[in-house]
Amino acid sequence: MACNEWRDKLDSYIDGELTPAEAATLGAHLRSCAECAADGLQRVQMKRAVQIAGKRYEPSTDLRNKIAKSFEAKSHRGIAPKWKFALIPALGLLAAAFLLTSYFGRERREQQRVYSELADLHVATLASSTQVDVISTDRHTVKPWFQGKIPFTFNLPDLPGSEFNLLGGRVAYLEQVSGAHLIYQVRKHEISVFIFQDRGDEMRSLPSGPENAASFNMQTWMKNGLRYFVIGDASKEDIKALSKLLQDAG
Amino acid sequence: MRVPEDRASAASFADLALPLFDQLYNFALWLTQDKAEAEDLVQETYAKALRGFSSFQAGTNFRAWIYRILRNSFLNSRAGLKVTVVIDEEGGDGLPAVSSTPESLLMEQATREIVQQALETLPVHFREILLLCDVEDMSYKEIAETLSIPAGTVMSRLSRARKALRVALSEKKQGGGRGL
Repeated sequence: MACNEWRDKLDSYIDGELTPAEAATLGAHLRSCAECAADGLQRVQMKRAVQIAGKRYEPSTDLRNKIAKSFEAKSHRGIAPKWKFALIPALGLLAAAFLLTSYFGRERREQQRVYSELADLHVATLASSTQVDVISTDRHTVKPWFQGKIPFTFNLPDLPGSEFNLLGGRVAYLEQVSGAHLIYQVRKHEISVFIFQDRGDEMRSLPSGPENAASFNMQTWMKNGLRYFVIGDASKEDIKALSKLLQDAG
Repeated sequence: MRVPEDRASAASFADLALPLFDQLYNFALWLTQDKAEAEDLVQETYAKALRGFSSFQAGTNFRAWIYRILRNSFLNSRAGLKVTVVIDEEGGDGLPAVSSTPESLLMEQATREIVQQALETLPVHFREILLLCDVEDMSYKEIAETLSIPAGTVMSRLSRARKALRVALSEKKQGGGRGL
């Protein structure tokens, strides 16, 4: 093997990512090749330098206390000891009930987690000074802006005559996957529309229809391989009306 | 931070998550380059991780999971959106060839501060992978999980990140950077 091929493996060797057999072969080469050995040494020094330089920041005592307190608070919410014995038979019954409902409960928790995440995204975006990255009321401007930024395309409704106005859009991430986040306005309420690609996982198991997330009204459905979420503090009727417009367009 | 229904899971969450606090904060500040944003990011990460702990599968990698939450939250933040770029993994890295050997400079006179300054100049996707590999000592598999990229991409991106760091150090030398 030529030296340049060995050198392609040097980083993996130093990071401990080669198999024992590969590492032994490369180790033998390094003992016989001064140039590769020098290269390897420099890479080790570079890695070590980054290791030292990277440990740079320490959290403040305030932040440390804040995080620690949030955990302490939970440990104090336990049940008073004198009640514990009385609760044992009841716990047996609860365990049986838990077994029966755990499957459905888990599924529901998963849904709630996704909804909470979307509610967070909605609130964080509205709180931001730059709510959207593409500011336009024109769907023909907003839709093309997403080209190359998200791995799918989608259709937006034509809104003249309706109460809804498109304010713009931005890229959002859910479960590490990029999607479209559009903001609409109806009267003084802002509504987020999230569109993500179907990945065949838990998103598919989400039920279609009206939902509630952190007191926001929400509607979700799947169409043409895309999962849509419409969320906001507008009325259920408004959320439903915007959902209908999007469903007809998509 | 919301209180979970299950105390046992809260206890095990604390056992897993609290020891990572210092590292998570260090990583957050490297990403945001802003103290207040890093603090918000760490708190948001803990809140989200606690809320989603029921979906975490025991036996899988908790560290990769919580780092992924932190990074994802960063990407969704205002600071994160500014740095979101489409990375061409297959194409050329667009970096100039390194004429000198900055590693030898490191041997002679590099200081922690100089490497820190060079790291700061790197794009976030290079900086984060170097930190995960060299500072957090994550395996390529863990990095792949954290960044949601294939293992092969970890190797190529890491290689490009190290080359970029060498270039940054080299430029410090050519630009008469402090100490080099």
